[in-house]
Amino acid sequence: MAWQWFHRLGSPRWFYEKSSAWLPWLAGASVLLLLVGAAWGLGFAPQDAKQGNSYRIIYIHVPASFLALAGYYLMAISGAIGLIWKMKLSFVVMRAAAPIGAALTFVALLTGAVWGKPTWGTYWVWDARITSMLILFFLYVGVIALSRAFSRDQLADKACALLALVGTVNIPIIYKSVDWWFTLHQPATIKLTESSSIDPSMFYPLLTMIIGFYGFYAWALILHTRTLVLQREWRTQWVQKLMGEGR
Amino acid sequence: MPRADRFPPAPGYSSPAILAPGERCGPGFAGLLRVELLLALRRRSDIANPLLFFVTVLALLPIGVGPEPALLARLAPGMIWVMALLATLLSQESLFRSDFEDGSLEQLTLSPQPLYFAVLAKVAVHWLVTGLPLALLSPLLGLMLNLPAAGYGCLVLSLLLGTASLSLIGSVGAALTVALRRPGLLLALIVMPLYVPVLIFGAGAVQAAIDGYAYGVQLAVLAALLAGAAALAPLAAAGAIRISTDS
Amino acid sequence: MEFQFASLADFLAMNGHGPFVWVAYGVTLATMAGLLLQPVLRKRQLQREFLREQRIRARRADSRQIAAPVMETAAAE
Repeated sequence: MAWQWFHRLGSPRWFYEKSSAWLPWLAGASVLLLLVGAAWGLGFAPQDAKQGNSYRIIYIHVPASFLALAGYYLMAISGAIGLIWKMKLSFVVMRAAAPIGAALTFVALLTGAVWGKPTWGTYWVWDARITSMLILFFLYVGVIALSRAFSRDQLADKACALLALVGTVNIPIIYKSVDWWFTLHQPATIKLTESSSIDPSMFYPLLTMIIGFYGFYAWALILHTRTLVLQREWRTQWVQKLMGEGR
Repeated sequence: MPRADRFPPAPGYSSPAILAPGERCGPGFAGLLRVELLLALRRRSDIANPLLFFVTVLALLPIGVGPEPALLARLAPGMIWVMALLATLLSQESLFRSDFEDGSLEQLTLSPQPLYFAVLAKVAVHWLVTGLPLALLSPLLGLMLNLPAAGYGCLVLSLLLGTASLSLIGSVGAALTVALRRPGLLLALIVMPLYVPVLIFGAGAVQAAIDGYAYGVQLAVLAALLAGAAALAPLAAAGAIRISTDS
Repeated sequence: MEFQFASLADFLAMNGHGPFVWVAYGVTLATMAGLLLQPVLRKRQLQREFLREQRIRARRADSRQIAAPVMETAAAE
């Protein structure tokens, strides 16, 4: 009885019907937060004393980096749930999370590079965080490539879940070793962000953007999951009926 | 393994002809190791190819960047390490391939012996025929690339430890892609990000040795990575084999 | 809290950092829009496939009723 909700959560149909009701709220809230956060960060937050206005990229760079990493964990955890409880929907969420995570990692890398030009005078620095982010991007690419290689979804699901789990075990090791590698080769001449001493007037818009990005992530994830559900449950009655109604 | 008792004990996956007369044909760890080693030693070209690749690519390096000794000495540790990594990676594709194709991999999954040890035996043999010769060959290449004298001992030691980890980590990728017809590039794509820590500490150790610093820490970390990989990678590879053979 | 720039031109220029800031925001916006658009487009594609399948099914049912196979040209659609 207590586990009923858990099993119901695993039903693609239940998810599809429930999520139609969640989507408008989620979309509205995240668009609102992102608009407010972006306007606040771009126009109203004070200029940074050292970096001038280029620091305003932080309002998209930091949330994207957060979600890039969190997205990988989410992907791996849903893969693990799929492997352990054989839950169909969980695999679908995992597959949906991969391209979103890769795209956000790409955004984090690109905004970092564009931010680097006015700040350090070059687009690319082999800095510890950037390098880790690049490797995270490769990890995502590996999962996506693996998922496309199999013709059978079932096989692809399990293989990707396992790869994502292996990646999860490795991420902390990779981050630590890249950190070590960087301090070895570049004795801390460049301090990237003094994240501890951020002023509230700059922090609140950042917080708004971070929450907005989380909302956006959930929104995109649900959208991708819904489409994948339709694709996979194509032959079932409820999808055929839904399609017939033209919704 | 509820199915194991309904089947006759798996006869190992070697043809009995390979074993000495009267020898027990059980798939114990030592037996597997011996059979695998015998099989590997019969395929001479499979052993030679990674080594030839290693030598050939490193011969291309001076042709690419110019023969200046100081420059080569600067590049040598990193290049030797990267090439050893690629040579290991390229040889990994065939790790489970023939066993998958003739069905003996599936038999292994049914055997009462834990799959973990079977994978460990296969990886150990893979290391014996690729990693070990690579490490032993590396001083020669160091000589050709003008590696400073202080680096040789550390180069061999770090490669001995590191290639074992590489073989272990790569076995997960090989098991995940064994059901695919042409896994080559995909295998490289999914495994390479996971190689990063080993590369960092391997090349870092050699560089430290050349610069006259103590390199015990790096070797210790490599050993720790090896211990972790030996404990976890065969588990993941065994899971991947079960996924790949489950059709 | 007040608007940090004197004019709209100032806001766009961002003291010379404008191009960097706007490129970063633009690419991010485009990527996010793409992420949202992709499943919507895919769903439409599925919808079209469904309609096509239904047409074919209906046509098959028709031809069965007439008992003799009828050659249909593309122009009949």
